[in-house]
Amino acid sequence: MKRPITLNVNGVARTTEVEPRALLAHVLRDQLDLTGTHIGCDTSQCGACTVHLDGRAVKSCTVLAVQAEGRAITTIEGLTPKGGLHPLQRAFWEKHGLQCGFCTPGMIMTAADLLAHNPKPSEAEIRHALEGNLCRCTGYQNIVAAIQTAAAGR
Amino acid sequence: MIPTSFEYVRAKNLSDAFKLLGKHAKVIAGGHSLLPLLRFRLAQPDTLIDIGQLPQLKGIKKAGGGMKIGAATTYRELLESKELKALYPLIAEVTEHIGDLQVRNAGTIGGGLAHADPAADMPPVMLVLDAAFLLQSKAGKRTVSARKFFKGPFTTALKPNELLTEIQLPAPPKRTGMAYASFEQAASGYALAGAAALIAVANGMITRAELAFTGLADTPFLAPAAAKLVGTAGDELISQVAAAAVAGVEANDDIHANPVYRAHLATVAARRALTTALGRAR
Amino acid sequence: MATLFGSGIKRREDPRLITGTATYTDDVKLPGLLYAAVLRSSYAHAKLTSVDVARAKRAPGVVAVYTGADLKDKLNTVPCAWNVPNCDLKVPPHPVLATDKVRYAGDGIAMVVAESRAAARDALDLIDVDYAALDAVVDPEKATQKGAPQLHADVPGNVAFTWKVAGGDAAKAFAEAAVTVEQRILHNRLLPTAMEARAACASYNPGTGQLTCWVTSQNPHIHRFLLSVMTKLPEHRIRVIAPEVGGGFGSKIPGYPDEALVCFASMDLGRPVKWTEDRSENYKVTIHGRDHVEYVSLCGTKDGKITGLRTRVYAGLGGYASTAAPGIPTILHGLILSGPYTIPNIDVTVYGVYTTTTPVDAYRGAGRPEATFLLERMIDLYARKIGIDPVEVRRKNLIPKDKFPYTVATGLTYDSGNYQGALDKALSLVDYKKFRAEQAKARKEGRYLGIGVTTYCEVCGLGPSQVAGAVGFGGGLYDSALVRVYPTGVVRAYIGAKPHGQGEETTFAQIVADEFGVPVENVEVVAGDTETTPQGWGTYGSRTTAVCGSAVKVAAQRVKEKAKKIAAHLLEASEADLEWKDGKFSVKGSPDKGKSFAELALMANVAWNMPTGVEPGLEATAFFDPSNFVYPFGTHACTVEVDPETGETKILRYVAVDDCGPQINPMIVQGQVHGGVIQGIGEALQEMAVYDEDGQLLTGTMMDYAIPRASQMPNVETAHTVTPSPVNPLGVKGVGETGTIASVPTLVNAVCDALAPLGVTHIDKPLTPARVWAAIQQAKGGKR
Repeated sequence: MKRPITLNVNGVARTTEVEPRALLAHVLRDQLDLTGTHIGCDTSQCGACTVHLDGRAVKSCTVLAVQAEGRAITTIEGLTPKGGLHPLQRAFWEKHGLQCGFCTPGMIMTAADLLAHNPKPSEAEIRHALEGNLCRCTGYQNIVAAIQTAAAGR
Repeated sequence: MIPTSFEYVRAKNLSDAFKLLGKHAKVIAGGHSLLPLLRFRLAQPDTLIDIGQLPQLKGIKKAGGGMKIGAATTYRELLESKELKALYPLIAEVTEHIGDLQVRNAGTIGGGLAHADPAADMPPVMLVLDAAFLLQSKAGKRTVSARKFFKGPFTTALKPNELLTEIQLPAPPKRTGMAYASFEQAASGYALAGAAALIAVANGMITRAELAFTGLADTPFLAPAAAKLVGTAGDELISQVAAAAVAGVEANDDIHANPVYRAHLATVAARRALTTALGRAR
Repeated sequence: MATLFGSGIKRREDPRLITGTATYTDDVKLPGLLYAAVLRSSYAHAKLTSVDVARAKRAPGVVAVYTGADLKDKLNTVPCAWNVPNCDLKVPPHPVLATDKVRYAGDGIAMVVAESRAAARDALDLIDVDYAALDAVVDPEKATQKGAPQLHADVPGNVAFTWKVAGGDAAKAFAEAAVTVEQRILHNRLLPTAMEARAACASYNPGTGQLTCWVTSQNPHIHRFLLSVMTKLPEHRIRVIAPEVGGGFGSKIPGYPDEALVCFASMDLGRPVKWTEDRSENYKVTIHGRDHVEYVSLCGTKDGKITGLRTRVYAGLGGYASTAAPGIPTILHGLILSGPYTIPNIDVTVYGVYTTTTPVDAYRGAGRPEATFLLERMIDLYARKIGIDPVEVRRKNLIPKDKFPYTVATGLTYDSGNYQGALDKALSLVDYKKFRAEQAKARKEGRYLGIGVTTYCEVCGLGPSQVAGAVGFGGGLYDSALVRVYPTGVVRAYIGAKPHGQGEETTFAQIVADEFGVPVENVEVVAGDTETTPQGWGTYGSRTTAVCGSAVKVAAQRVKEKAKKIAAHLLEASEADLEWKDGKFSVKGSPDKGKSFAELALMANVAWNMPTGVEPGLEATAFFDPSNFVYPFGTHACTVEVDPETGETKILRYVAVDDCGPQINPMIVQGQVHGGVIQGIGEALQEMAVYDEDGQLLTGTMMDYAIPRASQMPNVETAHTVTPSPVNPLGVKGVGETGTIASVPTLVNAVCDALAPLGVTHIDKPLTPARVWAAIQQAKGGKR
């Protein structure tokens, strides 16, 4: 049965009706029109759906929307400052850290969590942090470079 | 990939959760073991009981010379605990390699242990540390040793009406070294074979030696062969003990590793873990 | 003015991608949208005895359920569009939903359309299917053997085609050869895994009779044609939109049943319908790549001159012939088997074989990685046998740079090349001699270091349409651009190709901006909508820049020619007296008297004062059909250390020297090489789709199919040489696939080189630690 829930998404309280089984990723995309969060797998491997829950990167395809009730959700749309770009977004652009762009929002959300808690990560630490984000286009090299660039600019 | 329908209840307290527990209910905390099963419809519960936000299941505290960890403590929270890292560096070391950054942010230690994946990294650590698990139900509570908890693949000593609420770690013996070595399956990151070791040393001689495996057989297990190291200086015996610990075990067979290779990897992992543990103990 | 050509400017497509505001197919939302889900066969090979959808039809939220029987007369079968000639090709019908029989685990049986994703998914569980199981066969060689299960009534032995190409006299060469090496080579089956799985959303307007279909496509015009064939709706009533596409790697070229099904459902129900693949569904039903079993022989002299190459190929096609499938192991594989070498005698036989598996089609490189791998592997085996350094053997057989255009034994004529130049550069970067010394020292210490060096060339930039026709490709291979100049002097280029990550919105804007002397910001490149773009043939086969980019260049030149006429008129000068400098046409000798491009754009569009006989407006369309394919080339080198105790391979260095002619945007070229190399390393070390004997895919999720992760992969050191192609006005060659083509043998040869002292000669890829360790054990056993 559907039930109304209120999600705090990107600083705004959004009320919507969901079934308990609805995945957060589906609710964000289909009901709240936040389609920057993508879905790339069904086993919690690819990380395309990464958002922040209470400031920490999680895979929104592995969280039920009802579990997220009452917690703060940030999506790629919420990370983007009005009229500008987040330093990580700028760095991904600068360093050609994306090709098809499908994995990019998830990559950026994971990288944001990494840098929030480890402002100057080594290359090995960056690659370790990206284990849960798959990219089929870039070979990761320029993604790593982008994150290093964003870290250097902090 | 959409689960079948279920009711969702966010437990307000433990007794709330106990009331709902039963055959057709599943418990969810981080959800990282359960949700993939739900999405593939391999699990089809009527009710989901969310215990992930219960404060009484969270937290890491000192107890006697050891520590107690709330079952709903996330891997991330384990990594952020300096006290845990100081007393049980092995837990931090292994946790850093469980899942990935996002999984560690959401996944909980109790959830992972109760899921009992036969190739998970944490169970052998619990085995060598001789941890105990607090299991609670409406009827009361009981403590089960980690060494009697893992019964088979995805099967534990937990009864349908019980919850794993706390992980109890005894004080590590003095002059102890611990280590974990594993070989990851390239896609899932789970262990093809992994070994955890704990060695205590006094006056250059080994006083306690524990070795446990994961990924090798249908459940994580403690290898009695490690006891042979006690009373010795270790070094030369380690290779023999590693081989003896694996000998005779019916190793898993899948597309990623046949039993021969898996047993070989387990032997190498055991040797490396024991060697490192011994080095750290000295 | 500095040119933009050659400048690594930031990509124009990125702002929408990094902010999550781009629109991919599953992001499309329409009023009244319905959701579709497809019931997939759980058996690899079975007769359908009954399909009962009654319960599903009654389920809450379900709007319609269709079965194969329902659609048999309403939709045509899925076409195969590469009818390779002279090979007795047999293409049995591929119904959009199975009618009497299923031929792979994943074959569609029924489609549910419902009010929500969840309702559609729930209803699948309510469909009752009775199967009469038949034996499965997953190995293409075994499928041709006596007694193998037969997939299609009219395809005896499951052999879809037998294709041959020969040049010189291979039989004679082998009979007379001093040295012959033979090897059975397996090209592991791969899952393309574009991060965005496939999706389609169709909306039919009964009033206008127009169908719009958003689809994850690398080639919207081809999809328009295929959808027209399948739905029986005339082509001009169909609009295909490939919006943002999240990678393809070949998997979004073919026409699939699913998009025809949603189109039909929308036409039938009068409401928009969307279908989106799950990843596990993607692994089951979206095309796979490679899957060859090859028996290869190479012969030569004792001093390293290759005299002949022979291969017999069993190429798995899966349960049905996918859109381009017959062309991959034949035209794109057999014809390029001479590689960059002067091999005088070549003999190739390819059997295309139906197996009870997911259809196989083009996957990044498509045929050329297979060819390059076997050639490079064989050369290393040959070099080891004759005791000559493998690099020296390659050098000895490379086509000399003064011999271009060069026609190889298989009949292709290579456009241009300087293979020695790339080889020298790579050897110097990797410091080959020094590494060999380190290797010798390490071996004494019981450490196993190895190096692989691949000299490759490949055929891409597909290609002359006349050749396409001659080899049975069911379409043209020219491409197109419409360059339109607005009154304010800003420009749009509507292109026929459909980039999906390769960055042509940027590189093509660079071409146009250079031509017109305007800032790149004033140029926008539009792709993916058949309603606005001229007929094109899509983005695959590393063709977009060489072919469509040339169309952009030619169209822009035409626009500029017209602008020049107008300028001459306005300046009251003859065209011959005008010169183009700093974005202006001016009369030679009086540079201050000129007309800028913006001024000319305005004058052309308002048409107040046009020269006699010149029409108003400023736009031009060009269809560029190249005179030949292009042949990029290069040398890749990789050093590894193998742990013999565990079989683990550590990549020490990876050096890629590629020559794709002049680079429009070096940053983008480098990105293509990075990605291609890592994808190839995946193929070489860890990726493989595995079926059990019953035809069940055991690597059905990302938990079992090992896509390379950041923590597993090295950095790639890139460099290049520049040898322009004479076959297009930009001089460019493709670079989208070179990384994947070159890296696979480079890695495998490096590992085999490392293990040479242990007696290991060959290991089937992927070189997982398990396989490497097993090979070491086997070699040790053999020595005893």
